[in-house]
Amino acid sequence: MMKVAEKPTTIQDPHCEAPNLRKHEDKGLELLKYLILGVLFGIVFVKAEIISWFRIQEMFRLQSFHMYGVIGSAVVTGIISIQIIKRFNIKTIHGETINIPNKEFRKGQVIGGFIFGLGWALTGACPGPLFAQIGSGYTVILVTLISALAGTWVYGKFADKLPN
Amino acid sequence: MNQLMEWITQPWPWYVAGPLIGLTVPALLILGNKTFGISSSLRHVCAACVPAGIPFFSYNWKKEMWNLLFVLGVLIGGFVATNFLANPDSIIVSEATQADLKALGVTDFGNLLPADIFSWENLFTAKGLLFFVIGGFMVGFGTRYAGGCTSGHAIMGISSLQWQSVLATVFFMIGGFLMTHVLLEPLMKLVGF
Repeated sequence: MMKVAEKPTTIQDPHCEAPNLRKHEDKGLELLKYLILGVLFGIVFVKAEIISWFRIQEMFRLQSFHMYGVIGSAVVTGIISIQIIKRFNIKTIHGETINIPNKEFRKGQVIGGFIFGLGWALTGACPGPLFAQIGSGYTVILVTLISALAGTWVYGKFADKLPN
Repeated sequence: MNQLMEWITQPWPWYVAGPLIGLTVPALLILGNKTFGISSSLRHVCAACVPAGIPFFSYNWKKEMWNLLFVLGVLIGGFVATNFLANPDSIIVSEATQADLKALGVTDFGNLLPADIFSWENLFTAKGLLFFVIGGFMVGFGTRYAGGCTSGHAIMGISSLQWQSVLATVFFMIGGFLMTHVLLEPLMKLVGF
């Protein structure tokens, strides 16, 4: 079980929710583009104070519009971008057709989503901000990150026993 | 140039930050047919470090290296923004939130995260257990069970008009509202605030 044979295709990996749809293999330095994009993303997280526990508290207490504005305008930008990609059949930089996998309904979206919401309000962070908080010098968040890894692992261990 | 730097060091308004975050969706699609999602990185770390023969972690995580590099970038971005582009003034928390949190025992409103909760001194205390260990566990368990987090569902999923992601996002919010308005006060009392 430890070793998984190379799958014949990377088009759909049933085990992985983030399936790799590209046929082009990013190798070595090519992967740096994702690092750079991550850096820019992390800067936005900190500069807009999205990584702040207080901003998440304000959001859940309906005492500030900031987070609703951030998430709302991000979604609107995302919708417009994807519509443009589809309408004009924009390809990747390697000339591949852009492919967005459909999500299937699972009970986890309700139960898991609810559990994540509880944790989000406690930690003041979803997974992205956890990394940015650590980078910002809140090193104790490493413990939160390790706990999140433990949570992910426990889910994986019992995934087939949970209602799905 | 000075004016630009002054503008950058100020906290960025939502109408700047939100569209920039939204642009990550087409950027990842166009750069390499990747769908935006951050919580998957936690799964890839499990698959890389402690797969333990579990089917859920038995896949070629090396193919997902881009995702791990992306979150490493987020960490570096946090460092860069805090050390080179930092806001010279402290965060401004809304008055109403300050009043609510003061009533719960929070006293530090000068940092992005209150030192009353998020400090190493709290690690081996009930406070640390609640906010770091249990909170972190719920984030990791919940996002994976839900199949995504704020990025994968709320932003990527809704951007691609998938109702499952709307549903997940609604339950993120229900969980958050319940914790904030019902459970937080008794839990904070319980851990010694």
